Amino acid sequence: MSVADVATATGVVVGRVDDVPPGEGRTFVAGGEQVAVFRLREGSLHATQAACPHAGGPLADGQTDVDVLVCPLHQYAYRWSDGASTSGAAPVRVFPVREVDGDLVVDV
Amino acid sequence: MRAVLGARLAGTSTLHLDDELDPRGRLVVVGNGMAGARFVEEVLERGGGEQFRITVFGDEPHGNYNRIMLSPVLAGESHEDDIVLNSHDWYCDNGIDLRAGVRVERVDTAAKQVHAADGSVTPYDHLVLATGSYSFIPPMAGVRRDDGELLPGVYGFRTIDETRAMLEATGRCTRAVVMGGGLLGLEAARALQGHGLQVELVHAMPWLMNAQLDAEAGAILKRSVEELGIGVHLDVLATEVLGSDHVEGVLLKDGRRLDCDLLVVAAGVRPHTDVAVRSGLEVERAIVVDDQLRTDDPDVYAIGECAQHRGSVYGLVAPAWEHARVLADVLTGTDPGAEYTGSRTATKLKVVGVDVAVMGINTPERDDDEFLVISEPRRGVHLSVVIRDDKLVGATLLGDTRKVAFLTQAFDRGAPLPEERIRLLVDLSDGVEEVGVADMPADSQVCNCNGVSKGDICGAVAGGCGSVGEVMDRTRAGKGCGSCKSLVKQIVEWAADGDLAEDPAASYYVPGIPMPKPELMRAIREHDLRSVSAVFAALAPGGKDDARSKMGLTSLLKMVWGSDYIPEKDAEFINDRVHGNIQRDGTFSVVPQMKGGVTTPAQLRRIADVAEKYEVPMVKVTGGQRIDLLGVRKEDLPAMWNDLGMPSGYAYGKSFRTVKTCVGSDFCRFGLDDSTQLGIDLETRFQGIESPAKMKLAVVGCPRNCAEAYVKDVGVVAVGNGRWEVYIGGAAGASVRKGDLLATVEGRDAVMTLAGRFMQYYRENANWLERTYDFVPRIGLERIKAVLLEDSEGICADLDAGIQRSVDAYTDPWGQDAKEAATPGQFRPALPLVALPKVPVR
Repeated sequence: MSVADVATATGVVVGRVDDVPPGEGRTFVAGGEQVAVFRLREGSLHATQAACPHAGGPLADGQTDVDVLVCPLHQYAYRWSDGASTSGAAPVRVFPVREVDGDLVVDV
Repeated sequence: MRAVLGARLAGTSTLHLDDELDPRGRLVVVGNGMAGARFVEEVLERGGGEQFRITVFGDEPHGNYNRIMLSPVLAGESHEDDIVLNSHDWYCDNGIDLRAGVRVERVDTAAKQVHAADGSVTPYDHLVLATGSYSFIPPMAGVRRDDGELLPGVYGFRTIDETRAMLEATGRCTRAVVMGGGLLGLEAARALQGHGLQVELVHAMPWLMNAQLDAEAGAILKRSVEELGIGVHLDVLATEVLGSDHVEGVLLKDGRRLDCDLLVVAAGVRPHTDVAVRSGLEVERAIVVDDQLRTDDPDVYAIGECAQHRGSVYGLVAPAWEHARVLADVLTGTDPGAEYTGSRTATKLKVVGVDVAVMGINTPERDDDEFLVISEPRRGVHLSVVIRDDKLVGATLLGDTRKVAFLTQAFDRGAPLPEERIRLLVDLSDGVEEVGVADMPADSQVCNCNGVSKGDICGAVAGGCGSVGEVMDRTRAGKGCGSCKSLVKQIVEWAADGDLAEDPAASYYVPGIPMPKPELMRAIREHDLRSVSAVFAALAPGGKDDARSKMGLTSLLKMVWGSDYIPEKDAEFINDRVHGNIQRDGTFSVVPQMKGGVTTPAQLRRIADVAEKYEVPMVKVTGGQRIDLLGVRKEDLPAMWNDLGMPSGYAYGKSFRTVKTCVGSDFCRFGLDDSTQLGIDLETRFQGIESPAKMKLAVVGCPRNCAEAYVKDVGVVAVGNGRWEVYIGGAAGASVRKGDLLATVEGRDAVMTLAGRFMQYYRENANWLERTYDFVPRIGLERIKAVLLEDSEGICADLDAGIQRSVDAYTDPWGQDAKEAATPGQFRPALPLVALPKVPVR
């Protein structure tokens, strides 16, 4: 990804990649909105809305794998690919997120 | 002419590919009943339509119908259209050549051709005989006319045509005799009686349903039948059928005469073997087949009631369907090595309005067989089980089949049996399970945590979920506190009615690694896997990680490796990451350690100061005799711990939690021993030790049990003179269970050793999230006693060393992470724009 690409996208720099430990999630504020950003151990980045659509649980405190994010309150799981719930809840919003020179850039 | 059941609409026709051009093998099935048609379905399901062109011969002109349902048709409860399984259209749509109403006469096995009564000759590559059975008509004078046909008014009860004829006859007949007190005879008697006929039942054996029931159960069934107004005549043969043009009555061997204008003969069935005999195949009681259902001709097979396998001939549908599955596997090549090794037959049915379930043997056969009988003749209930070597080998349930789902599982799979055998037959708990799952209304809530009803669970089964695990995933039932899991399992089993895949995942320790716990522990040691990511990389399919497995693996690795475990924060649940219990608004609860529930004014003062400083919304005394500070923001945790200067009470983990105590002998005038100090000592030694599920303990100074030791995972009760009782597997949470007495031991040290040894045994052998109240009954108290008290497996030294390793690895997490965060942003808010706490401030 080049700097030129970043300029054309509506990306917001929310923090540094190193702010998110491998396998965990952290919440940032981007454009007045809370966004939970996850860095999986295999290196991929994902971003979702911060509060669980089911009961408002803090998704950044959830556990993850390559397929899903699991909310810590009631274990509802959401697919990274489209934000859909695997257990019948409303979907979460997912946001494009990428790394640019160590920065976390989220399109909100 | 009577209508053809499952007929095609007039004018439809079928296009056939020219035989010569068709490269597919020729599969011919003789018999279009329950076995033959199911076999064809199984073949099609395996893509066999591509491999074979299939021809099916059926003696009857109909499509395939459910013979089991003839009784409800005769009773007028079902319409005959409702029992069609596969109509003529179905055969047509699947490209199957159905020759309905064409009887096969013989098979030329040398030329591999089937000769039928219509003169046709059909070549085959594979031939399957599924000719079923016919009604046995016992020799009686006058039962047949000179031309060999049955005397008018006499009927077998085997086909839809016979059923139709009987239904028609009910309109003009008033008195019926049913010969045969087996299932079919009873069903016929009940159905005819329902049409207003006066019915007498004649049975040659000394009690009803003698093939399935013992004498006592048979006698109870007789009462139930007689109460319906059906006359029952046992242990007597009919010798003559009276009447010249139409039946007028039967003469019994003892000289009695029973008048009737309708006679139903349901005196058993005999395998249809004449085609096989004429074709030179080996026939004993039925057509002899091997474990691949093959006859003595390598291209001819036999399935269903006409087959004799390892000396057994089955008259039930379940074995026939097993035959169909195995043979379809073999012939389609889906599993060329598939074998049928016999059926353990279990049947559940309703006969004359009485629920009956039978499986295996009905009386003990060996001296050391256990035999439990509950007989309540007045209620028409008779229940019995036969147990051999701790396995269920037979059960008979008459009048009350609430326990049938569990018993069927135990019978089919050799599942472990409850220590108290009576629990096999009755529910002794006070819980919801006391209501049989069959009787529960569909809208009754099963999983209270996730609001899942019985109807939701049944819907998931109907929607294709084939295992308990799938149903739980789909509905979320049992995924909250887990206390309803066994009920969920029962309902799934009931709803699936035995058609349930064994869920291999049920034996896995965690869903993401396909291994039971012992195997997983071996692999972890063998490959020296010290972190959760290393376990996934080495042991998960495709090396794929799994969010729902991480917490269980973390716990297991900590146990296996002690301080040599390599921590990974992302593999921990949030509670363990920040050492507090997450609350509904995303705040946390803080519970300082308070060993044995004993505190001091200084400690209380400090807690009070901290609660005020951090504006803690609620301060609450817990059930575990500690003080809970609720509604704490994540970012405040380290500073609070620092201000408290007290170790973590582990009120959040799947771990050793707390030891409740009473005031024991120091103050209480009844106390027999120093329970308070022993509780403190236990908590000091075992604090923070991770386990498959939480462990709550208590020590009481006398059997008054003020600190509730009888309902703890480990409970210790002073009985005087330095002696202590140690109870295990108790609970007073989602489940309530009194613990089992493991041993009475002498002195404090013996308690510490035994408690530690039990906890380690539990840690090493329990499934993830399996509480001791499930674990102890699953393993069995006797076995646990043998292992822990007599060292029957020679592992006590290892258990003691294992628990010591974990004791040595203990560090206070608050003292640790308060100084320096374990990962960047460990205590950063996860909802920074939400003002917390949202919980009410008290």
